[in-house]
Amino acid sequence: MLIERTWKRWVYFYIPLTVFVVGTLFPFYWMLITAIRPDAELYRSWRAATNTPFWTLQPTLEHFRDLMAKTTFPQWLWNTFFIAVASTAISLFCGLLAGYALARLRFPMAGALGTSIFVTYLVPPTLLFIPLANIIRTFQLGDTPWALILTYPTFLIPFCTWLLMGYFKTIPKELEECARIDGATRFGAMLRIIFPIAVPGILSAGIFAFTLSWNEFIYALVFLSSPEKKTVPVGVVSELIRGDIYFWGQLMAGALLGSIPVALVYSFFVEYYVTGLTGSVKG
Amino acid sequence: MAQVMMKDLNKKYDEVHAVKDVNLHIRDKEFIVLVGPSGCGKSTTLRMVAGLEEITAGEITIGDRVVNDLPPKDRDIAMVFQNYALYPHMTVYDNMAFGLKMRKFPKVEIQKRVQDAAEILGIQELLKRKPRQLSGGQRQRVAVGRAIVRHPQVFLFDEPLSNLDAKLRVQMRVELKRLHERLETTAIYVTHDQVEAMTLGDRVVVMKDGWIQQVGEPLELYGKPANKFVAGFIGSPAMNFVDVKVADANGALWAETQGLRVKVPPIHTSRLVPYKGQQVTLGVRPEDLQLASGSDPSEYVFDAVVDVVEPLGSEILLDLRAGNSTIVARVEPTVRLKVHEKTRLALTPDRAHFFDLKTELAI
Repeated sequence: MLIERTWKRWVYFYIPLTVFVVGTLFPFYWMLITAIRPDAELYRSWRAATNTPFWTLQPTLEHFRDLMAKTTFPQWLWNTFFIAVASTAISLFCGLLAGYALARLRFPMAGALGTSIFVTYLVPPTLLFIPLANIIRTFQLGDTPWALILTYPTFLIPFCTWLLMGYFKTIPKELEECARIDGATRFGAMLRIIFPIAVPGILSAGIFAFTLSWNEFIYALVFLSSPEKKTVPVGVVSELIRGDIYFWGQLMAGALLGSIPVALVYSFFVEYYVTGLTGSVKG
Repeated sequence: MAQVMMKDLNKKYDEVHAVKDVNLHIRDKEFIVLVGPSGCGKSTTLRMVAGLEEITAGEITIGDRVVNDLPPKDRDIAMVFQNYALYPHMTVYDNMAFGLKMRKFPKVEIQKRVQDAAEILGIQELLKRKPRQLSGGQRQRVAVGRAIVRHPQVFLFDEPLSNLDAKLRVQMRVELKRLHERLETTAIYVTHDQVEAMTLGDRVVVMKDGWIQQVGEPLELYGKPANKFVAGFIGSPAMNFVDVKVADANGALWAETQGLRVKVPPIHTSRLVPYKGQQVTLGVRPEDLQLASGSDPSEYVFDAVVDVVEPLGSEILLDLRAGNSTIVARVEPTVRLKVHEKTRLALTPDRAHFFDLKTELAI
């Protein structure tokens, strides 16, 4: 009986989980290995006698040095960070107020408004970038960070609004009613009672928005053209692939450095993130 | 401390007319209970007093101020909610101090008031805890404490005991009553539990479908219900209702239906004369029926068959059948009767009630 159970645990739990974890992490491992592999190893024949595709015996930081010295990578990193933080801040601010209003206030067309906000989220960026490019040109924002800071909210605000609206709905409305009787205005009750309770929801919306804008590719590709103004995902691809030549080492070094901030953000807030997506306080 | 007046109060949602022409004068220091089945408008009425619902028509006055257009925070009221509504991110102390802080009380005063309230409620040692570390009863105490530190003009209670288990509910009920006697503040209390209503209220307001059915002291509601709904709602087990025909025989009025025939008690005779030959509803409370003994006047005695016996210890509830009617009687615990056994019941004549069949009003 006991033996059978252990056996089942392995088949249904440990083995599938291991396959999943290895499968998910392998690209990251590949990225790391390629980033520290010397060029001589990278570009030798696959059939060479000394070929060791899954590890390297002469790790080097040469690609990182090249990345820093020969490209404007630090500048890309800063651009990406600035754009991600600014657009996340704008989207969170709007999402908080809109989410609260949709969850709590009774006003005509509230349901229709909520749905239409959601529908805008469903319009694919691959279509939306054409009219947006027109707008960006009209306002002469092309090739500036503001082109992205102001367009990312087109998909971040609907996302934040819906996530936060769902979260606010799980907070009993008696809490703020009580606060309003206790002497707070509606806005005061929102700031002092609802927002502190909604911290997990706000954090997960923020993390998600940050990640989405950090990784965003198509708008960044279309709206930015000068090499020093690019973001990491676009810069790495457009500057390190020249024609049909791939600078694999620097590419992977850039990708690695670019994914570290996101990984850090997630690992710090993972608990909030989980509660943020699964529900709120009890009692 | 203030009186509360409701004048022609109405609340309409899009489709639903939740509160209809409510007129109520709640006296200073009175403990008034709004009771009724769910959807009767009692909570909506309370929330209009609190300012959480807009008033469709009518007027609410607290003290001498018309509060229709005042936001909740300026009405000088405190409210206790069914789910306690404690702020989960604050300690018990901060929960209780919140209202005072919002009103910019000096720190010393806040401390003193919170300590006093905590002492009254016996929660001094909980002040540093967070709400999630408290049991249901403790949470309810904190919620009450948060209301009393403010020394408001009116307390509003929205089914505050419904989330507690039965035993704790009885205990908190007594504490609330004691607290009200001590604080002498006007209180409006909403509940669907008629026992709570009867035990707590100085006066009780029975509501149904948005209308006030009757306002009165608990025993007045019990003894002289204004209509069939109040008669059936107040009291447990509920009053027995039997549709009977008023008949004239031997110079007296009789209430009769198949298998049941009793004389109309003298106190009701004059009022029932216009109903001669018509159907009315006879209402008798379970405790106003006894097993007949030889001394009972035979005109108030009828036959019945036992259906179910429910021994409760201090009393026995008998479900009986008399003709086509099902009747519950509350009898002494010493009675030994078995299912299907035949017996004779006697009703206490001056405690019988008659209701108009159509209007359901008491005759």
